[in-house]
Parts: sequence; C-alpha cells; structure tokens
Amino acid sequence: MTTTDRTADLFAYTLRLADDAAILGQRLGEWCGHAPTLEEDIGLANIALDHIGQARALYTYAGEVEGEGRDEDQLCFLRPERQFNNCLLVEQPNGDFAETILRQFFFSAFMLPLWRELKASKDETLAAIAAKAEKEAAYHLRHSAEWTIRLGDGTTESHERAQAAVDHLWPYTGELFEVDGVVERLAAAGIAVDPASLRDEWHATLREVLDEATLRLPPDGWFQTGGRSGRHSESFGHLLSEMQYMQRAWPGLRW
Amino acid sequence: MYTQALNARDASDERSEDAALLAAFQARVDAEEKIEPNDWMPEAYRKTLVRQISQHAHSEIVGMLPEGNWITRAPTLKRKAALLAKVQDEGGHGLYLYSAAETLGVSREELTEQLLSSKAKYSSIFNYPTLTWADIGAIGWLVDGAAIMNQIPLCRCSFGPYSRAMIRVCKEESFHQRQGYELLLEMCRSSEEQKEMVQDALNRWWWPSLMMFGPSDTDSKHSAQSMAWKIKRFTNDELRQKFVDATVPQAHYLGLTLPDPDLKFNEDTGHWEYGEIDWEEFARVVAGNGPCNRERLAARRKAFDEGAWVREAALAYAEKRRNRREAARIAAE
Amino acid sequence: MTEKNTPLWEVFIRSRTGMAHRHCGSVHAADEEMALQAARDVYTRRGEGVSIWVVPSSAIVASDPSEKDVMFEPTASKIYRHPTFYEIPEEVGNM
Repeated sequence: MTTTDRTADLFAYTLRLADDAAILGQRLGEWCGHAPTLEEDIGLANIALDHIGQARALYTYAGEVEGEGRDEDQLCFLRPERQFNNCLLVEQPNGDFAETILRQFFFSAFMLPLWRELKASKDETLAAIAAKAEKEAAYHLRHSAEWTIRLGDGTTESHERAQAAVDHLWPYTGELFEVDGVVERLAAAGIAVDPASLRDEWHATLREVLDEATLRLPPDGWFQTGGRSGRHSESFGHLLSEMQYMQRAWPGLRW
Repeated sequence: MYTQALNARDASDERSEDAALLAAFQARVDAEEKIEPNDWMPEAYRKTLVRQISQHAHSEIVGMLPEGNWITRAPTLKRKAALLAKVQDEGGHGLYLYSAAETLGVSREELTEQLLSSKAKYSSIFNYPTLTWADIGAIGWLVDGAAIMNQIPLCRCSFGPYSRAMIRVCKEESFHQRQGYELLLEMCRSSEEQKEMVQDALNRWWWPSLMMFGPSDTDSKHSAQSMAWKIKRFTNDELRQKFVDATVPQAHYLGLTLPDPDLKFNEDTGHWEYGEIDWEEFARVVAGNGPCNRERLAARRKAFDEGAWVREAALAYAEKRRNRREAARIAAE
Repeated sequence: MTEKNTPLWEVFIRSRTGMAHRHCGSVHAADEEMALQAARDVYTRRGEGVSIWVVPSSAIVASDPSEKDVMFEPTASKIYRHPTFYEIPEEVGNM
C-alpha cells in the first residue's frame, strides 16, 4: 500500500471520529439553559464541552494529516452535508431527556472501549487523544448509565419514555460496528480499532444497565446505515445550516 | 449584580423587634462580623436578603438564555467551547446563589415558583435580544463588566453565605469579560464589516448596561438601609460612574463610538459624564414590557414543565432504592 | 405548581492530596449517586478537587449560635495550651 493511500485512510478515519464528537457536542449544546434541573444543565454542558474538545484535537490532526492547510474550523464549518461522516446515532435530534440520555449511553458504551483500545494505536497522536478521551468517556458512560437506570426504573411515565427512546435509537447502533476498507486496512496496520472486537463488551454493558433499569433490549435485526458514507438523516442538514451559519454567511473572516 | 429593583422594604417588618437585639445585630455588622444563617437577624434584613439573592440567582438563570441563543451558531469551535463554558458558569452561579438563599429557609422549589409565576424579578438586561454574534462579545464586555462592578463589593456583604457565594462567582467570572472583549477586538481588527457589527451591538447594549445599576440615587429610597446593613457598599450611581469610567476608554481602544452625544470627560473630576438615561424604558422593561420578557419566561417555564417527569422519576427511583435497601436489611437480620 | 422537594446535599472537596475535605457549597439531588455526580459537575469544573464527599444537609448537626459564649468562650482563657505560654531560654534552641 502506498503512503498516499495510508494518508487518505488516516484522514478519513480521524475525520469520522472528529465528526462524531463535533456533532454530538453540537446536539448537547442545544440543551444549555433548558435541562430538567440546574444540576443537569451543568452536567450536560460538561459532556458537550468534552466532545467539542475531542473534536478540536481530532480535526486539527485530520488537517495535518491531509496536508492541505485546512484547520479545525474549516473542516467543521465548511464541509457540506455529504462530506460529513459521523454515525447517524450522534446526529439524532435531542428529543426528550430520555432520548438524549439513551443516545449518550449507547454511544459512550461504545466509545469507552474504543478509546481504551486506541490508546495502543501505532499512530502516536491518535493514541494521545484516546488517552484523554477515555477518561471523559468513562464519566459520560457513568452519568448516562445512572440516568438510564433512574428513568427506566423511576415512574411509569419515565419507564415508557426510556423504553421508547431505546426502541427509537436502537436501529442506529448497528452502524457503530460497521467495517469498511478504511477501518480494515488501518486496523490491520495497528492504527485503528476493529469495532467488531468491541461488540461483546458493548452488549454486556447494555445488558447490565438496561436490566437494572427494567428496560428491554430490542432484538437485533434491521439497522440504519449511511452516516459513514455521508448519507444522513433529513434533520442533519438543519443542524449543519445552524452550526455553519456564521462561516457560510461571512466567508474567510476571523472571529 | 442584577439586584437593581429590589430596594423595597416591607412596612410590616417595621414592627418593634427587641431593641437590644437590634442594637447588638447592628454592632456586629458595624464591626464587619459576618452574619450566619442561624444567627438572630431582623426580619427585614432576612427578607431583603432572600429577595436580593434570589433575584440575583434568577438573573443568572434567565441570563443563560440570550447567550445560549448563540451556542449552536458560534463561528469557531474555540468560541463555541468558550461560550458554552461561560453560559454553564452562569448556571453554576445561579446554583450557588439559590443555595445561599436556601440557608435563609426558602426552598429552591419555592424560588423557582416565584420566578415562573412572575412574582420575582430578574435583571432587565436579559430582556433584550441577541441579534448578531457581536452581541455575545458585547454582553461579555458590558453586561459582565457591569456585573463585576456590582459583585466585587458584594464579596464583602455582611451575610456570610452570600459573601462566600460571591467570592466564588467573582473568581470564576474573571474570564467572562475578557473573552467578550477579546472577541470584539478580533472582529474589529478582522474587517470593516465586522467592526460595524460590533458598533451596532454597542449601540444597542450601552444604555441597557447603564440601567443595570438600577435607579438613580435620588430615586432609590431604600439604599440607605442596605448600606447600613452592609448588604450594599456603594450606591447605584457610584457603581454606574465607575463602570462608565472604566468602559469608555475600552470602547475607544476598539475604535468605537459610544451612542451618547452628551458623553464628555471632565478634567476637574477625572470622570466621564454621560447623558440622561431613559428611565421610562427602564421602568417599562422591568414591568414586563421589554422586547423579550415573555420569551424568557416562556423558555424557563417550558424547561421546568418538560423536566417535571425527569425530576419525579429521580425521586421515585430514590425511594424505591431506599425501600429495597431497608427490605434487604430487615431480611438480613 | 406543587412540586416535591428534591433533597439538598452539602458538598465537601479535597483540593489536593494531603488536604482535608472542605465545605464548598451544596447541590440538589434525589439520591447519593446523583448528588456525587452533581457535585463533580458543579464544583470541580476548574480542576478544584481530587475527592468529593456529599452529605445530606439534614444530617448536619450544628451548634446553636445563641450558645456561642457558653461553647467557645471558656477556651479563650486557656492560654497554657499555646506554645508561647512557656518560656524556654534561647540557648536551648528551637523547640
């Protein structure tokens, strides 16, 4: 394999991780000032800030790998919809508090082992980013798991809402484990993590928490796909038009 | 800060409280001793504090909304993170302040109810809209700047929990004004178009910022009592003058013009003299008729109502957990 | 609008290893785990802590301020508890 191919793969992989973090951070930021309690307003903002921080480090690195002089903001604010490669799960609208919590729980349960494995990446920058992100993901998982338990095993209404959130988000989780050429080649080279290897742990985490929450895990079956190749939900374009408004309306200025 | 409208006292508290206790209380205050929640205090002191601290807390909470309006549209990731952290801090400050008010025997739930039912007031500044990104800088620079003027003396307030909350708030807030000013500086340097945006923001936020300090001393009848109790250390006009003196040169550094044709420097006093504030506008906004009063309260009510099932679920779960533990303990015996 | 009150917790933070936990504020939370998370999210946003205690506010037992003199004044006269009460000749050195 040529160096150019390897560079293209690394750019694509880093960008996916960056897009996941940026888009989830964007969604969580929408909550600020509107959460169910003041304590939770602050808690959700902390998680959003972690994701935005991860996105910044990852975009910056992706720009370096690409070598065309694009910085974190050009990558985040000046790419069109079809060039974003985040998974569909993170772009799902906030919905009610249960949907936000379950989205975070499904994602963090996946990202915690992913960052842990990625610490051993042969790519030193990714390994360093992973080392920091692992601790953040561990707290996100704890926070969202504890809330999942309380919503699931709280009142009849909260149980119903939490189960509806599980059922609604479930079809978007299959994509987390998809492997394409980029991941396959980089995993073989010891740079990326093969997500298939995380599946058992992810399942075990879900089963444990959802059991305690008296929530039912839907059967595997049909899963949504498309995010990694830039085919997103309809709502995603609206997220981008809001997020990218300033850079699109006043191109090329410093802020 | 954000305590402008509360200088009203209740006539009902003017009843005869034990003169000896009152004298002893005043002596402690005069000696700069801190009053703590369980100490004896005049009823009017307690009521004034509850009103002032909760109004301050409500202002922080409502104050999250105008800036929160731009979190999802911040132009860079760095700015997004800074803004989110700042708005989050305001939530934290509201929380510290609610806690301080709660030491006086009023619950968070009651305080929230007072805000949502419009019984309690909050700073009028937050009833103005954030129309452009430059408004985010203007709020940090002017609104937080005005807040700091007011909050630093409150760190020495005679009531211990309020004073301690303010010390924490002031420490955390030191970055807020700087991030606002730096944001505007970057815009003014970047292009003429952005500088115009900044000038427009200054035009809209300048007068409301001056109003934040509350009515002029000649119209603020009750500040004398708050001064005697050392809840307040400077009068509204003193603080306003300090703010103007500090801010005008900062505006000039940005190359901006203040929207006040009467503004001039008095060589003899060393102060900037400013024009007449539109007190009718102030009264109108405080009374509920500013550009965004209804939207602000509607947003708070929506968050509260839509969060009710979550708070109920957490309490229900906590009770189940207690009962299960109790059952397990009994079973083990 | 009658909402059940969510319990209040006092938060104590150890700022560095080796230091005692110090009271720094309070949070509302339905149970102890939520209280711990809220305390972490609210009071350690700037790296202020390495350890947190949360205690139900209702569990705090406080002395009565009106008994301040009774409780604390008697100790004021016990100057023999302080090192400066004892005179040691300079030749002995630091003690």
